[in-house]
Amino acid sequence: MPQRRMVTLDGNEATASVAHRTNEVIAIYPITPSSNMGEWADEWSAQGRKNIWGVVPQVTEMQSEAGAAAAVHGALQAGSLTTTFTASQGLLLMIPSMYKIAGELTSYCMHVSARTVATHALSIFGDHSDVMACRQTGFALLASNSVQEAHDFALIGQAATLKSRVPFLHFFDGFRISHEVDKIEELTDDDLRAMLPDELIRQHRQRAMTPDRPILRGTAQNPDTFFQTREACNPFYLACPAAVQQTMDEFARLTGRQYHLFDYFGAADAERVIILMGSGAETVHEYVEWAMAQGDKVGVLKVRLFRPFDAGAFLAALPPTATRIAVLDRTKEPGALGEPLYQDVVTALAEARAAGTAHIPADALVVGGRYGLSSKEFTPAMIKAVYDNLAAERPKNHFTVGIMDDVTHLSLPFDPDFDIEPEYVRRAVFFGLGADGTVGANKNSIKIIAEETDNHGQGYFVYDSKKAGAVTISHLRFGPKLIRSHYLIKRANFVACHQYVFTEKYDMLDYLVPGGTFLLNSPFGPDEVWNQLPAELQEQILAKRVNFYVIDAYKVAADTGMGVRINTIMQTCFFAISGVLPRDEAIAQIKKSIEKTYGKKGPDVVRKNFEAVDHTLAHLYAVNYPDHVTATRRKPPVVSDKAPDFVKRVTAVMMAGQGDLLPVSAFPVDGTWPTATAQWEKRSIALEIPVWDEAICIQCNKCALVCPHAAIRPKVYDPKYLEGAPPTFKATDYKAPEYKGWKYTLQVAPEDCTGCTICVMVCPVKDKSNPKHKAINMAPQLPLRASERENYEFFLALPEVDRTTVKLDVKGTQFLQPLFEYSGACTGCGETPYVKLLTQLFGDRALIGNATGCSSIYGGNLPTTPYAVDPNGRGPTWNNSLFEDTAEFAFGMRLSIDKHTDLAQHLLKGLASQVGESLVDEILHADQRDEAGLAAQRQRIEVLRGKLAELASPEARMLDSLADYLVRKSVWAVGGDGWAYDIGYGGLDHVLAQGRDVNLLVLDTEVYSNTGGQASKATPLGAAAKFAMAGKATPKKDLGMIAMTYGNVYVARVAFGAKDNQTVRAFLEADSYPGTSLIIAYSHCIAHGYDLAYGCEQQKLAVDTGYWPLYRWDPRRIPLGESPLKMDSSPGKVDLEKYVRNETRYRMVEQLYPANFRRLMERAKIEVANRFIAYEHLAKMMMPKRITASEESSEN
Amino acid sequence: MDLSTTYLGFRLPHPIMPGASPLSDDLDTVKRLEDAGAPAIVMHSLFEEQITREQLGHMVSVEMHEDAFAEALSYFPRPEDYALGPDRYLEHIRKLKAAVGIPVIASLNGTSASGWLDYARLIEEAGADALELNTYYLSTNTWETSEQVERRTLDMLRAVKQNVKIPVAVKISPYFSSLAHFAKQLDDAGADGIVMFNRFYQPDIDVEELEVTSHLQLSHSPTLLLRLRWLAIISGKVHASLACSGGVHTPIDALKAVMAGAHAVQMVSALLVHGPGHLTTIVNGLSRWLEEHEYESLRQAQGSMSHERCPNPGAFERANYQKILQSWRRQQL
Repeated sequence: MPQRRMVTLDGNEATASVAHRTNEVIAIYPITPSSNMGEWADEWSAQGRKNIWGVVPQVTEMQSEAGAAAAVHGALQAGSLTTTFTASQGLLLMIPSMYKIAGELTSYCMHVSARTVATHALSIFGDHSDVMACRQTGFALLASNSVQEAHDFALIGQAATLKSRVPFLHFFDGFRISHEVDKIEELTDDDLRAMLPDELIRQHRQRAMTPDRPILRGTAQNPDTFFQTREACNPFYLACPAAVQQTMDEFARLTGRQYHLFDYFGAADAERVIILMGSGAETVHEYVEWAMAQGDKVGVLKVRLFRPFDAGAFLAALPPTATRIAVLDRTKEPGALGEPLYQDVVTALAEARAAGTAHIPADALVVGGRYGLSSKEFTPAMIKAVYDNLAAERPKNHFTVGIMDDVTHLSLPFDPDFDIEPEYVRRAVFFGLGADGTVGANKNSIKIIAEETDNHGQGYFVYDSKKAGAVTISHLRFGPKLIRSHYLIKRANFVACHQYVFTEKYDMLDYLVPGGTFLLNSPFGPDEVWNQLPAELQEQILAKRVNFYVIDAYKVAADTGMGVRINTIMQTCFFAISGVLPRDEAIAQIKKSIEKTYGKKGPDVVRKNFEAVDHTLAHLYAVNYPDHVTATRRKPPVVSDKAPDFVKRVTAVMMAGQGDLLPVSAFPVDGTWPTATAQWEKRSIALEIPVWDEAICIQCNKCALVCPHAAIRPKVYDPKYLEGAPPTFKATDYKAPEYKGWKYTLQVAPEDCTGCTICVMVCPVKDKSNPKHKAINMAPQLPLRASERENYEFFLALPEVDRTTVKLDVKGTQFLQPLFEYSGACTGCGETPYVKLLTQLFGDRALIGNATGCSSIYGGNLPTTPYAVDPNGRGPTWNNSLFEDTAEFAFGMRLSIDKHTDLAQHLLKGLASQVGESLVDEILHADQRDEAGLAAQRQRIEVLRGKLAELASPEARMLDSLADYLVRKSVWAVGGDGWAYDIGYGGLDHVLAQGRDVNLLVLDTEVYSNTGGQASKATPLGAAAKFAMAGKATPKKDLGMIAMTYGNVYVARVAFGAKDNQTVRAFLEADSYPGTSLIIAYSHCIAHGYDLAYGCEQQKLAVDTGYWPLYRWDPRRIPLGESPLKMDSSPGKVDLEKYVRNETRYRMVEQLYPANFRRLMERAKIEVANRFIAYEHLAKMMMPKRITASEESSEN
Repeated sequence: MDLSTTYLGFRLPHPIMPGASPLSDDLDTVKRLEDAGAPAIVMHSLFEEQITREQLGHMVSVEMHEDAFAEALSYFPRPEDYALGPDRYLEHIRKLKAAVGIPVIASLNGTSASGWLDYARLIEEAGADALELNTYYLSTNTWETSEQVERRTLDMLRAVKQNVKIPVAVKISPYFSSLAHFAKQLDDAGADGIVMFNRFYQPDIDVEELEVTSHLQLSHSPTLLLRLRWLAIISGKVHASLACSGGVHTPIDALKAVMAGAHAVQMVSALLVHGPGHLTTIVNGLSRWLEEHEYESLRQAQGSMSHERCPNPGAFERANYQKILQSWRRQQL
């Protein structure tokens, strides 16, 4: 039997490793944090890796989890060993199929990285609310607590389901285990074979549907029989726990790792016992070890098999001395008597007492508590609080731990400084940027240490809520013993700051133990750096007697051709200083892994990395600092003093990374948050920002249109407002006739710009004597920050232009205030310019239902909110319901708005005699098609309100509350292609068919961007994506064409980088169209794999090659005798390859599968040409002019 | 007629071969060239920039987004054997070798003796029979001397020669202060062949867009004249075999190149215009001319009009300049 290897990987990979080797069919749908399991499986299958029976598992991505579950059900029914991976909302979508699979007693083990179910808010993080929603399906629920256990239980679940015929849901904590990197012992193929006897697999296949042995399942049953047959499965559920234990015993014989249905650890005579499942159980184990050493009689009962709940095994595992028991649930059931595990424990004990089989004292007390929702930290300090609660005379029941509940006072107090981590565990915390490769380097460091020494290693990575300039914090532990600390490091021996700007933002040394080491990547050398630090940092360095090192990693990177990648440099410093490995050995190992990682990417990359490593140590310096604080400068406040109270009290605390400290009372009770708070988060992440040259600018405003973050804006204004302008504020005469005599300013928001340079790229102006100089040019941000901050503040205070005077072309729209600003979207994002345009045009009367995805994350991921308000306090109102239901969600808003309008009109008519017939008539028949009409209607409503104020009737009061609905509202469903083409397509199609005034904006990146680049039906032929590694073999679904077939849907396909005016027209027409509108918007994306500064140029190529035809299908043209379809671009005049070759998603296919690529490209070219021909036919189609009787009468 | 020649140590039935160009991109075209009688094929160049920029570009546009956001630790599939750019080139060498029986000469184009030159070894491993090292370099630095410019090419050549056993030809530009001396240095550094000359992309100015554009114009017969002069001057002074590249459109053009000293004559523009079959026309035309003029073999003509052997070597020198200048004056007057 081959030797088992020690490997370093995360929980997802550990699970997928077993699942891929022990299944034949895998049907999945991506959802965080489980996506990686499916991706691993797909990659392994694409590489031709076989399962233990010698075939490559079929991995298929479906359109939703409901689809994946149905495909799984089908595959199981046809006899394959089948699995899936999912979490959260995805798991909920699988529930109907799960009932079926369980009802049919099907051997099946699925794997869930347990994640919070969205309630008042979405959360991608971990708890058991999703799994607990499945406990009634008939699935066995098997919990693993660590990466090793996730690996082991993936096999135990698979073996036990074959034995018991009860389907299994194997789960582990999302992120804390799914993304935690640990050193584990890998199960060999022989291990897997030994646990999965052929006979059980044969029996599984024997039960399958086959016309050779026909059977029928899925009958409809009636009151006479359903109940009895439902009970017929009981023997299987009764036998299941024993089957699991038997499997665990077999596994123990094979591997030496013994698990039980309930594993008890602690004092044999423990009085206080905590019962729980998941990663938290290991932390309790760690605490109990410590507490027993202190003489405490405590213990922990780890629940492995939650369903079917084996009361006998449970009681047997519980020490007979237990008098105080706390049951911890990582979920919340509002209104329940207690959470699920608590209820089961109480029931099991009550029944045992009733039966006289309970062996614990009769007065033993059981309390329940909640912990760890949405990956909230669960630390030894909190565990101590739970044991202390049990020791209290009257322990608190239904408590919470880990938060401060100052509303219902359920929380247990805990000492945040309490710490039990032994000294032999070395701990390191690294602050980095996503883009600097810190996390990748740290994963590599764990691998080196864990695999090259006898040490155990653990890595956990905390990511930002922002996509651009994202901060990462890496927590690394190494030690000679198994690490059970599944919580963030609070006291590190080593803290590294990979970005100098963080010294102004984060309290990094709070993590450092006294005498610990601090490594700073600093542009200032060892002699200068001290005097550059803010006073707070100096104070901490002095107080903790820190060993302080600096390196100018960016200089080393630049000198060695590494650009801005400082990962290997900082990694080398870590090894050099920390002494985890001998220096030379560490460097040899780093080089070995560089060779492994980059060898395929070419010797040049390897050489540059090697050079960087070799140059590092010569630039690493210990800092000798004085014995007193010299700084007079303190860290700037998190938000400006001008921020609203809520922002200062709540938002700013979250921004500072201290959100854990906020009590329950600080928060809204129903998930309602104020908009317009992103303006207070000044991130200053751009190294360079655009600088305006007013002398040559032609005032086209294209730069403002393309800016993803609303960080460059034009204004026109009366010159009188220039009074008091800051000295460097720029203004010039406005050039066009419409605002004659006014001034024009193009202003950059220096601290909100992300430095993407798209604005500069799109600027059409070149200085005649120095054409490389444009009307905007990038310049270093730091020297400009203070003056431009002042200028921007002055600029914002200038009056907004009167909307009724603006000509709604590209230039004009950019004078309208963006009501979507400074979002957390990626640098160079191709989606946000559309969202921003939407808010400029309709934001003051827009309701937005947003599909889950990138746009919901940059649109609503706290701490701040980018949707903003105008000077009248109006602005978009926004909500994210789910991923799959957005069209219907927005449709519901429309139904509701229309009802409000109906009622308001009804009331208005009834009150006509009192408020004035002519006013009522004007309101009811107002033309609200343009801004002037809308403004006039708003004025009328003001007048109406004035009159209503004088009336005392209930009708008047009610009309007053509804009067705003007499002003036309614009309802938008916004989402990505994953929503519109795949998971939400059914609903989208239904909404298209309804003909109501809903606008659907599809931000089409042609791939699941938010979850990391999985193929969607919008992915083009020939492009690589996850689950389409060899290039997607089918053409992009033509959603626009499908929508056109309804005839009464407005459809536009746009690409702002190719033809911005057409984009603006399409938005205006969609809003004005009184039925359903669909806009499909080309959105360049980091998942395309090129420098997004060229985003607009790629959009042009997409259009010029004919790949992305621009058109507008307007049903209003049909009765006029015109074709509804107007083409806004011509057939391809540039070779498609010129477009695709610029993007990694295509280049990858070309490089990996050149023959396939050529074939796909040939097909793609034909497809592009054919589609265009079809459009052109439609565009030439003339309809007979037909004016219906009703239209005729309305014209008269 | 015996048209045989020896180039880079290969005994070839005749000297007319397709030069480095997109002609080698397509297997069918290469087969048609072989059918048309091509005695060897020079592949299009693998560019240094292609290797280094793609690697670094990948780093910037792909790797920088990895491990940065909790929901998406990567945005692309991570196939185990994913390698950038050059592997496709290597694969193409393998395919060409499998498809045709004639020697395949790969081509590397770059300007610095650095890591990318490791590809020479990979190219050899992929089965290339020889390598053409194209040193397309324009010094724009005011501090870089002509000697340093020459050293770049020599360093590259030495680096490659150390790495491979297959013959290495160096394709050079005509813009050297002392081309004859430079050719000798290349010879001493171990060049198995010298290809004269590469043709630079000539920048042009788009006055509307205020942008510099660049196009490669196809060559014409007059392009040949510069080659003839230098082939003639260098012929007989180096051990390396000589190839003419640029301006050969007719059998007589080819003949002139051979007479000036070329062991091989590379053609691109004429083949792009007239198709692979044109190669046969040139070979037949060459053969016919030699027969008509009662030559015994091509070798008899090879180098016959070199600087060393031609009756009026002054014509290749300054004297030629005076003569032309005077004749032009006479015409003007």
